[in-house]
Amino acid sequence: MKISREDVLKVATLANLELTDAEVEKYRGQLDDILNYIDKLNELDTSNVEPMTQVFAASPEDSALREDVVVRSEVITEVLAGAPDPAPMYFRVPRVIEK
Amino acid sequence: MSAATPWTVSTVRAALDSKKISARELVKEFYARIEKRNPELNIFLALSPERAYAQADKIDAAIAAGDALPPLAGVPLAVKDVISTRGIPTTCGSRILEGYKPAYDATVVTRLEHNGAIVLGKTNCDEFAMGSSNENSAYGPVRNPVATDRVPGGSSGGAAAAIAADLAVISLGTDTGGSIRQPGSFCGVPALNPSYGRVSRYGLIAYASSLDRIGPFAHNIRDAAAVMSAMAGKDPMDSTSASVPAPNYDHALRGSLEGLRIGIPEDYFGEGIDREVRQKVEAGIHLLEKLGCKRVSIRMPHTDYAIATYYIIATAEASSNLARYDGVRYGPRVSGSTLIEMYQKTRGHGFGPEVKQRIILGTYVLSAGYYDAYYLKGQKVRALIAKDFRSAFEQVDAIITPTSPVPPFKLGERTSNPLQMYLADIYTVTGSLAGVPGISVPCGKTKEGLPVGLQIYGAAYAEDRVLQIAHAFEQAGGAEL
Repeated sequence: MKISREDVLKVATLANLELTDAEVEKYRGQLDDILNYIDKLNELDTSNVEPMTQVFAASPEDSALREDVVVRSEVITEVLAGAPDPAPMYFRVPRVIEK
Repeated sequence: MSAATPWTVSTVRAALDSKKISARELVKEFYARIEKRNPELNIFLALSPERAYAQADKIDAAIAAGDALPPLAGVPLAVKDVISTRGIPTTCGSRILEGYKPAYDATVVTRLEHNGAIVLGKTNCDEFAMGSSNENSAYGPVRNPVATDRVPGGSSGGAAAAIAADLAVISLGTDTGGSIRQPGSFCGVPALNPSYGRVSRYGLIAYASSLDRIGPFAHNIRDAAAVMSAMAGKDPMDSTSASVPAPNYDHALRGSLEGLRIGIPEDYFGEGIDREVRQKVEAGIHLLEKLGCKRVSIRMPHTDYAIATYYIIATAEASSNLARYDGVRYGPRVSGSTLIEMYQKTRGHGFGPEVKQRIILGTYVLSAGYYDAYYLKGQKVRALIAKDFRSAFEQVDAIITPTSPVPPFKLGERTSNPLQMYLADIYTVTGSLAGVPGISVPCGKTKEGLPVGLQIYGAAYAEDRVLQIAHAFEQAGGAEL
């Protein structure tokens, strides 16, 4: 058993995820299984392999960024209509700065 | 038209041209079918009749005026629910996006509508496209129209089933580790995962950005090619879309297969593959040989490491992409006394079990002290897997494999063990990691009548080759093997 309850709780904190006690135990077991399985990658010597950081080498045209042109999108009303707590023009969240 | 002969792109066009049916009447017919079948099959999560009838009326007006019609005029289209549609609910099969209506359309939707297609609605899928059975949808699983006690595959289960049940003429799915090809195989319909970068992902809600792609399901290869012709090619709104010119895929279907070299990775047919699936795919290979292909044995030495590599890279990217669901801008919020507590409760409540599991794994492999051991290692092994494909394509024009090692399984049969479910993605995950195009084509049925899929891989950007082989296979009766 590689993964402890504390490991799961630490990762859940990093991921902003509230978990029940039952979930912590379930994910501990699953994470343990999967990480054990993933360990098979250590059978391969990759010391001389370059990591694949992009899928295909980009052509010169692709690596050029498009021109930065301002375009009116006019979707503020639509976007805010879907927000859980809109305060037009803003999204409202619980207070983060103490008085 | 009877259920036995489904509408296709060309029959829709012929019926419109000869005024046997109007676009409006056709849309009405499809909504009537959906109303009848959807309660059982659970394929559609949202319908968009207003938009569909408005588009149909535009087509009908063009016909009345004698205007030239675009290639997909009047063709009913179903869109997987991870692809943004302006004003139409787009949930990714998740509670955390319940009620979300995007303020813009994905480029693929814009391009297909511009070509005359009619968006009927949004199709069910595994939550955030994470799954191989559609059982991870927060809105209940889709049933396989071919055998309703079975899963349709996943994650694009609804999009595949919409074609199999004849509730749309074409549909769009997305594929990250097999999510177009495997449901195509399970539902017995052609399903293309184009090359990475070939189709714009602007408006696709991201799961794993170095793997995600959009591709079509259709009743036949010609229709899949028509969808590709309409949507492939560079999009200034997606910096990862490639500027490699996209051919006319319809023209690519011509020509004989004489002398084409097909690579068969012999170790793909060993342990773990269902006996009947193996027999059917071998019969499929023989059919391709009869059509003039030359069989070449190849080796893909790093295949055994593909699933482990995939689950590192996909979950790492997912943990980052899914950080945006925090109860601030969209979807429901669960209140908390602090901002962080609000995030934690919203996410804990809004995400389903498989998504949480993958976020935890992805966060773990990216966390301090583990990055080199997992994520970097994964990227290195991914380079080896991509090299397997490049080396193979120096010897052959295409690679043939089964799409899935098993036929569609029963609902609930495999949900208890995620790793077991992952291992069945072996034939599709390799191509996802390499970025190459792959198609699943129907390749007969098991004795129980369950569909089997044959997968054809091509080199980077060679969808035209993949479609050409698939078309010849289909025309020679591959589906009836």
